[in-house]
Amino acid sequence: MNANPIVSLENVGLRIGNTLILRHAKMTLEPGEKVGLLGPNGSGKTTLLRMIATLLRPTSGSGEVLGAELGTDAVYDVRHRIVMVGHLPGLYPELTLGENTRFVARLAGRPLELADESLAMVGLAGASERRADQSSKGMLRRAELARALIIEPTLLLLDEAHAGLDAEAIGIVDDIAERVVGAGGAVILVSHEPDRLTVDRSVQIVDGTLEAVS
Amino acid sequence: MTFWRQVYEIARKDLLVESRTAEVALMTAPFGAAALIMIPLAIGTDAPLLTDLGPGLYWIVVLLFGILVILRKSAVDGGPQRDLVRLLGIDPAARFTGATIATSLLVLLFEVALGPVLVALYNPDLRGWPWLFLILPLVAIGMGLLGTIASGVTTSLGTRTSLTPLLVVPLALPLLLGATQAFEGLQLGGSIVPWLVLLFAVDLALAVSGILASGPLEEAVT
Repeated sequence: MNANPIVSLENVGLRIGNTLILRHAKMTLEPGEKVGLLGPNGSGKTTLLRMIATLLRPTSGSGEVLGAELGTDAVYDVRHRIVMVGHLPGLYPELTLGENTRFVARLAGRPLELADESLAMVGLAGASERRADQSSKGMLRRAELARALIIEPTLLLLDEAHAGLDAEAIGIVDDIAERVVGAGGAVILVSHEPDRLTVDRSVQIVDGTLEAVS
Repeated sequence: MTFWRQVYEIARKDLLVESRTAEVALMTAPFGAAALIMIPLAIGTDAPLLTDLGPGLYWIVVLLFGILVILRKSAVDGGPQRDLVRLLGIDPAARFTGATIATSLLVLLFEVALGPVLVALYNPDLRGWPWLFLILPLVAIGMGLLGTIASGVTTSLGTRTSLTPLLVVPLALPLLLGATQAFEGLQLGGSIVPWLVLLFAVDLALAVSGILASGPLEEAVT
């Protein structure tokens, strides 16, 4: 086991309002690992992903992501190394796909040319001037993946990784995931279709706890 | 990336979104103007009365319809967009400041758009009008600050737009008082400095509170 795992959760619990989402969750994610996260609807997969993305604080237990203790101000220093592609697009509907990616590039301190190049790499070279609210779900998903190419994260979190994507786009998802793990990062892919996941191992959420899938 | 560069990018994005929808220019401003037009119809064409009431009515319309501007702004950032900005490592204070600047500019635009309607229908005494170059931005900044704070509070509570007017209207009363009294001071030839100080103090207090609360409010969102 690596001395510096990318994600380390120890008996983590998470309660939102009166709902207990996670309890005693344990998980370790090493550099170069690609892990599938499975579970039925409403089991807490997205919530777990958002907690690993440092966007939610655990209500019990402890955890570290990229060396930062969850729930502390240290997470501010590692957030720029995390990309989460959720099942709802993190795009501004009124802006074009190009404007959305350039917004990300500017705030991430990356060259603007990289924004257009990344759109081309996900097959959206000709759609840069199309507004997000006039784009198909698949195009929005690809534009979201372009964000991962701009930021080059150490931790990539993909919620519903293959949902609504054609075969070419699924190949793009897998290529980007390979790039991240190839650079020493790690990837978590949430999916309802475990057969389509090409991962090192999978875990599933069962009654708020994480169990390895054989 | 520097703090002010982050502020610039957030404000630029918000204004770009507004330029696409043009909601303030095409919907809120005409609606506000319509309200100013309807009031003389309701109270009659008593010219001296309209001249006396005009400035006060103008500020009430700015306050009430300015809330629509604020609500529009708070709708720009949904959950996924907020997550995006947080993961990009944007300083919460920079995000607050950028959003406030964008909202304040929109409220200022709204104030300016209503100005000709006020002059045409109410014929107000515009003695000392150059002071409006100070009063209008001070009120717009106050409204922008209130809107951004209210947006943060309602988002963190999960109540969103329904609570925003209830938060904004009471807190905007000092702005309304300062603006109307400063305007009246100009007409009567009295000193308006105390009212300008009030507006400035309200803006300063809101700015400090908003910046200090921006981080905790952002992290409280589930």
